[in-house]
Amino acid sequence: TKQNMVKISPVVVFFHLSPFSFIFLQTIKAHEYPDFVKIVEVGPRDGLQNEKEIVPTGVKIQLIDMLSGTGLSVIEATSFVSSKWVPQMSDHTEVLRGIQRAPNVRYPVLTPNMQGFQDAVAAGATEVAVFGSASETFSRKNINCSVDESMLRFKEVITLAKGQHIPVRGYVSCALGCPHEGHIDPSKVAQVAKSLYEMGCYEISLGDTIGVGTPGSMCEMMQTVMKEVPVSALAVHCHDTYGQALPNILTALQMGVRVVDSAVAGLGGCPYAQGSTGNVSTEDVLYMLHGMGIETGVNLAKVVEAGDFICNFLCRKTNSKVAQASSKTL
Amino acid sequence: IILELKLYIYVVFTIMQYSTPVFHKAISDSTSVRAALPGKVKIVEVGPRDGLQNEKTIVPTEAKINLIDMLSETGLPVIEATSFVSPKWVPQVRGISRRPGVSYPVLTPQPEGIQAAVKAGASEVAIFGAASELFSKKNINCSVDESLQRFDEVMIAAKEAGVPVRGYVSCVVGCPYEGKVAPEKVAHVMAKRLYSMGCYEISLGDTIGVGTPGSMSEMLLAVSREVPVSALAVHCHDTYGQALANILVALQMGVSVVDSSVAGLGGYVIYMLHGLGIKTVRKTSSKVAQATCKL
Repeated sequence: TKQNMVKISPVVVFFHLSPFSFIFLQTIKAHEYPDFVKIVEVGPRDGLQNEKEIVPTGVKIQLIDMLSGTGLSVIEATSFVSSKWVPQMSDHTEVLRGIQRAPNVRYPVLTPNMQGFQDAVAAGATEVAVFGSASETFSRKNINCSVDESMLRFKEVITLAKGQHIPVRGYVSCALGCPHEGHIDPSKVAQVAKSLYEMGCYEISLGDTIGVGTPGSMCEMMQTVMKEVPVSALAVHCHDTYGQALPNILTALQMGVRVVDSAVAGLGGCPYAQGSTGNVSTEDVLYMLHGMGIETGVNLAKVVEAGDFICNFLCRKTNSKVAQASSKTL
Repeated sequence: IILELKLYIYVVFTIMQYSTPVFHKAISDSTSVRAALPGKVKIVEVGPRDGLQNEKTIVPTEAKINLIDMLSETGLPVIEATSFVSPKWVPQVRGISRRPGVSYPVLTPQPEGIQAAVKAGASEVAIFGAASELFSKKNINCSVDESLQRFDEVMIAAKEAGVPVRGYVSCVVGCPYEGKVAPEKVAHVMAKRLYSMGCYEISLGDTIGVGTPGSMSEMLLAVSREVPVSALAVHCHDTYGQALANILVALQMGVSVVDSSVAGLGGYVIYMLHGLGIKTVRKTSSKVAQATCKL
């Protein structure tokens, strides 16, 4: 086990976890950082999706309910994909019906195709998401069709969604690299992002699916995408496989991004790199943002609690450094 | 032995021509995110000293020597070898195979340590102060003023012996006892004093890892007003996962030296620097990883 060199005084930890930290840790904010950043919590979907052990429906619901009380305004609840492909998400209807929806919180669900969309709406979905890829090979291996074919599929979903006044979020995976193709041309990312945006997605989340991005490649990719899609409609979805997530997020913030995807406790390993960490942890992102004087509306301590809950169930240590540091004081 | 995740960063600022740091410039065009980055970053390896210092299991001298020798092969230009807090550390410095062009500084908190270190062949030494009064008392058992007096004596001994001295300041953004530390305190009380005493480089340490890009840049701004940026160094811990983000901000402010701990975040630091097109060590970081695994 990794040990902490310095005994963290409880004062320091609770200082940072308490609401007062918002005030006392207000440091000089550079002009280019936003005042507010929206966190999109993807733990219950993207996080749990990569867990080998099937998590019981009741536990998923409890996790989402705990997250609903943290101040998060968007919690991705589940995915209406075929249970054959993603058995972990086969209880999508039960989860969506079972959660206690908090006011002012949105619960988008993934809907890869028309069938998924219809099932989602029947289950009460009020926001959906579609997943495109900047890599042809990844698209074929992940959703069994080419990028162009996937765009046609999404167009159908988006058209129907628009008709029912259901907002759609678009994801672009492999934005900074692909496990099969390696380097991905930023212009391809921009092209896919533009297509999704023009089709009607209100927000495009650019995903560093295998965490290979660095501030350099993030900057280059963002520059290219921002020529096609306004930065106010962009989000970043960083993986921490090589420890680069926070620097990459910082870079995105410096370029005007105001929406960051993250997962409680850094849930979700990388299916392409055994033993690697996956999603960046919500707790660590919050620590950075709050430390910079950027508001999120989210209570870090409560997110840590939700993270503790799910990690206890999974019998695993949290991937969040902040959560690890705070647990040492108890 | 799994080394604790720590990241020590030495930040050597390029001489800042402007009164406001680069990050205050409106970064409306994305090119300026990368504009200020240095072309080359010096990595200072602190694993064998600061890293191993905190391992509960005593690492045999032979293993320490092996680690340092492996690190010497990676192209790292500076490897902090050990700490002369007691004569029993002498065999470690004598035992290593020094690679030409690589510096092996050792910590010497007392004047007596200088003599022992020099006898053992040390050609560079380092001293450790704290920006926080409480941390100073608890860590080195004396007040900040008393520690500065002690350092005066160490500096005299080092000058006589002809060895350069590097100064460390701990708790530069936060203290486990005092909480937030005022940037002016770091700048005036410690950094400026150590520099004017004769330290060629001042390493600013986020000892408990509570720094974030905001507090880091605020502190660096204050210190860079008192000490030429070319003589500044920063030392970060990853306790709250903030180290790499803090390094990035430091790089954007002109940092060109990064300290790290092998098997800590050293590999991730090199990955980030190389991803930014910044040159670091001569060989690939896989060598650093090999050194880690062997240990």
